[in-house]
Amino acid sequence: MVPLTAYLLLAAGLFCIGAFGALARRNAIAVLMGIELMLNAVNINLVAFWRYTDLAGLTGQLFALFVITVAAAEAAVGLALIIAIYRERNTVIVEDLDTMKG
Amino acid sequence: MQAVVFALLAVATLGGALMVVLSYNLLRSALGLVLALFGIAGLFLLLEAEFVAIVQVLVYVGAIATLVIFAVMLCRNYFDPTQARFNDQWRLVAGFAALFFVALAAVLLQVAWPVAIEPVPSDVITQLGVAFVGPYAVPFEIASALLVVAMIGAIIVARERE
Repeated sequence: MVPLTAYLLLAAGLFCIGAFGALARRNAIAVLMGIELMLNAVNINLVAFWRYTDLAGLTGQLFALFVITVAAAEAAVGLALIIAIYRERNTVIVEDLDTMKG
Repeated sequence: MQAVVFALLAVATLGGALMVVLSYNLLRSALGLVLALFGIAGLFLLLEAEFVAIVQVLVYVGAIATLVIFAVMLCRNYFDPTQARFNDQWRLVAGFAALFFVALAAVLLQVAWPVAIEPVPSDVITQLGVAFVGPYAVPFEIASALLVVAMIGAIIVARERE
């Protein structure tokens, strides 16, 4: 079988790519996509740990299912906000959304 | 054999993720996200968590990625090759992301994980169902309330103002 560390390294790499996307991109939708990548990296970790250590309890799979649920709710609200912002300001570049800037 | 499948799925997942963060065209980023999500569903199948794999395809690809593509289409300026992809701090962020990956890799390669590989029980979906209405009933109900609130909130926020 594939060693556990292979899955963990893949999840770590995916998390870092997602973190880079969430922090460095200018478009708000691209930032949201980076956040989804980070959540998926966490899910890979949870299910890999379930498979390789704790088969009886199923807690890894349950936690992953809850993460998917919360990610769906957060993506829906975030994208609704982006659509509303685009309708008001005609831009989705996060640097241009600075009305709260001191 | 499993190593070959894992390598292919890893390439698909990381390739899709790189398309998401590096593409000029936002629609191509969204399609890269779809590729990455399918790769992750394949990894779940390799880990013998079939239910989570199907839920991943239905919810993440079928709902979230579709919603992202809708949002990309509604914000019309989605392909502008002259517009910069990254903000001013991207080099710093890239450095920190690389450093974080190196630190994570160093730690997780050194830890002696208590690996115990057993065959997967045959009634996982039954056990998941029992867990959802038994010990995990409270998070289950809170998750459903959260979904209702999020749905109503999203509709109200994105509604046309009369």
